[in-house]
Amino acid sequence: MSSTITTEVLVLGAGPAGIAAATAAAEHGRRVVVLDDNRKPGGQIWREGSTAKVGSTRVRNSKKRRALDRLYRSTALLLPGRTVFNASADGLVEATCENAADRAVERIHFEYLILATGARERFLPFPGATLPGVFGVGGLQALVRAGYTIAGKRVVVAGTGPLLLAVAAHLANDGATVSTIAEQAPFLKLAAFAASLWRQPTKLLQGARFRSSLRSTAYRTGCWVTEAIASPHGHTLSAVRLTDGKRTWTEPCDLLACGYHLVPNTEIAELLGCAFDGSFVMVDAQQRTSIPNIFCVGEPTGIAGLDAAIVQGEVAGLECAGESTQSLRGRVLKEQVFAKGLERAFGLREELRLLPRPDTIVCRCEDVRFATLQRNAEWSDIKLQTRCGMGPCQGRVCGPAVEFLLDCKPASVRQPLYPVALRALCSAIEPISEVEIIEISEFSNTEEKV
Amino acid sequence: MLKTLTAQTHSLHINGATFEVASGTSVAAALLLAGQPSRFSVGGEPRAALCGMGICFECRAVVNGVPHQRTCQLLCEDGMTMETNR
Repeated sequence: MSSTITTEVLVLGAGPAGIAAATAAAEHGRRVVVLDDNRKPGGQIWREGSTAKVGSTRVRNSKKRRALDRLYRSTALLLPGRTVFNASADGLVEATCENAADRAVERIHFEYLILATGARERFLPFPGATLPGVFGVGGLQALVRAGYTIAGKRVVVAGTGPLLLAVAAHLANDGATVSTIAEQAPFLKLAAFAASLWRQPTKLLQGARFRSSLRSTAYRTGCWVTEAIASPHGHTLSAVRLTDGKRTWTEPCDLLACGYHLVPNTEIAELLGCAFDGSFVMVDAQQRTSIPNIFCVGEPTGIAGLDAAIVQGEVAGLECAGESTQSLRGRVLKEQVFAKGLERAFGLREELRLLPRPDTIVCRCEDVRFATLQRNAEWSDIKLQTRCGMGPCQGRVCGPAVEFLLDCKPASVRQPLYPVALRALCSAIEPISEVEIIEISEFSNTEEKV
Repeated sequence: MLKTLTAQTHSLHINGATFEVASGTSVAAALLLAGQPSRFSVGGEPRAALCGMGICFECRAVVNGVPHQRTCQLLCEDGMTMETNR
């Protein structure tokens, strides 16, 4: 059975940007619905720890607490566990609900749409990258927050971006031995970035705090993983090969967390036909996309982090409610400077293109190896001839990798954006009752207040 | 409704074997704790969770008989069954 909901403002994503947008619009009288793929709001950066850990390692995060409290006090209706697979600019979004036994389709009609779809990690292929024991950086952190215990494990954290230090500190606090952080960016670029943060001392202080909880960890800049090595009996990780470009050495470890900064989740914006500026959704000073009733906030407009996401969300929410956002302009511009700094500091080095061997798997869903890709040029050709990007992740993992390795921009986004059961797609349209909506909302709101 | 904070556990069946996890553990985390891959790739390689956020589909498994479940987005429940061999 499927259901329909009608709202004035629909927000896609309940991370910091989406929460700020929904709260601002709802506090100014708009009817707001928020959809999120996860079971709880907060997105990736404010991801909940598992209830198994309450009272032990969970750190009080007042910025998050305040944002969530305001969201729950507002009239915004949060619908978690929803996977959006279709959207059209004439005012309709379709999603499946994970919790429903029959994974029914929900159709949500909107006047204004705010895209707050966040970012994912960029994964680059290297020999051994598909071994169990190799995770993303944010990936390992998310799994630890979901109950995976890593106490006593030897971990190497590698890749690039500010996440490396933050996650390494988190893993160390959870009892792991983080032997090395391998940051591919060269020291000089990072030093320049750190120096540029003098106007934003809180960001600098945060980095220093992370570093101080990692006293026994080697933080190597200009250093990257060239290979993950399996144990002699086969399928578990036993070590990684690291290089600084001159010297290569082996570092024994149980787990590798490796991610190369972030790529924006822009599939819904592409499907809607929003204009792009390079990899990012183009927005004006009011966060409006090229389609007048569609706004975009946070990472899809440029990787700029938490503070940018919050202020951009607020701007879009207020715009949907017809309020002035002039007073927020200064904060928006300040965070744009931070975004530029991130981009300069954590750009990928050319050597990373040479990591895959001919037999290295690039597309994990279809086991497509690097050698088969080199023969083709266009993304559509690559898909048709090799099945790269044709699996259930729909190119979300291999797409950015192929783009970096072969300079070939993944194209042709179309619905369904996620795999959907045919049974759900075929389900009849039946309106959802008011009672049901209230029950869902109360459930999601009380569950949070543990 | 307030959740109790006492250490509750759930009993799961992973490929037929019984396994206990703390309440609040995701299915993907349970598979990692049990040392089980979540699936085997089309080329026969064992795979485990990668992104932890519902993007990569590497953690998908058969949960309670339903195939292709993203286990990182599911919480463990008492008596849940998981099959990772297909």
